[in-house]
Amino acid sequence: MPRVKVPRKSTAIDMTAMCDVAFLLLTFFILSAKPKTQDPVHADIPASTSIQALPENDFSTILVAQGKAFFSVEGAEIRMETLKGMGDQYKIAFTPEELKQFAALETVGVPIANLKQFLALSPKERSSVQQNGVQVDTTDNNELYWWIKNARKADIVVHNKELRIAIKGDSKEEYPTIAKIIATLQKQKVNKFGLITSLKTVTK
Amino acid sequence: MAELDTSGGGKKGGGKVRSKKSSTRVDLTAMVDLAFLLITFFILTTTLQKPKAMDLVMPDKDEKTKNQLPVPETRTMTILLGSKNKVEWYMGMPSKPLTAPTVEGFGKTGIRKTLLEKGQEVLARSGKDMIVLIKPSSKSTYYDMVTIMDELNIVNNQSRAIVDISPVEIDLLKRDNIY
Repeated sequence: MPRVKVPRKSTAIDMTAMCDVAFLLLTFFILSAKPKTQDPVHADIPASTSIQALPENDFSTILVAQGKAFFSVEGAEIRMETLKGMGDQYKIAFTPEELKQFAALETVGVPIANLKQFLALSPKERSSVQQNGVQVDTTDNNELYWWIKNARKADIVVHNKELRIAIKGDSKEEYPTIAKIIATLQKQKVNKFGLITSLKTVTK
Repeated sequence: MAELDTSGGGKKGGGKVRSKKSSTRVDLTAMVDLAFLLITFFILTTTLQKPKAMDLVMPDKDEKTKNQLPVPETRTMTILLGSKNKVEWYMGMPSKPLTAPTVEGFGKTGIRKTLLEKGQEVLARSGKDMIVLIKPSSKSTYYDMVTIMDELNIVNNQSRAIVDISPVEIDLLKRDNIY
């Protein structure tokens, strides 16, 4: 009696479809990923149990670390409009090229008088420049005050929305520095703002 | 006979020379492996590190003080933020506190327990929430401020405010060596 022969099947699977899906997902993740913004100074943010996510648009951050303040605002259009406002304020004429450079700038950390020189540098040279932060004090010459004011105006012009402001502070930062920032915000009737924190779970 | 001659070799008769057909299939296993590895990498690096925001509402500063209600001192707790991540709290007025000022740390056995106990006490006595005044001294850090606000969020206290510290209270902190 002859033995029944089971036909041998090939063990190789067609991988084409799987490969397609994998690369599709990969492309999606790469494109949706936001490049991490390089802060001029490192801030070790404190943790809290708040689970409110940060808004993506109409949003401005004040980075506070080592006694310095850095200002940043989301959106290229709003940035350009903000700089135009600052130019009018301080009587500095910014060229369209400089406006374009500024739109790509993540954070402002130089005095307004030096901003023209700073924008003339290449992005690589900028990272080597020591940034001393935006000037904050309680006088009328408070640059941070005007940055925030102009950014808020710009947001109303561009998107017709109220700009949301958040403070990203370093855990070790002493309170007087923070108090100065809060006073600057309150001076223009911004009484509600966010504090950027990382997530922690409650120890019950 | 009936099948096609795919073997190129062995010239026979006047048959044409055929080149050898190789399979067009490529082994994609390694490529898929690589793609999934990269996907995993991107997922882990993008979505894990999302910072959160905590809302902070400050009392209006230079408004004309028209409709300000007097606050009963029995319902008020003052928390002074000192150095070394320590806090000092008391009920009532700084000149004649209703409870002796106590130094405490953060966490569930520290200020959170006090906030819960005192909050319930005030609620039972007056039927209203306890009012918490936070007074950060110049020796406290941003971490202290965020942590105390977070503790108040945890115990679900809505009536709180950040207020400037007075010299009397700085003296209290000095006395207790946390300034």
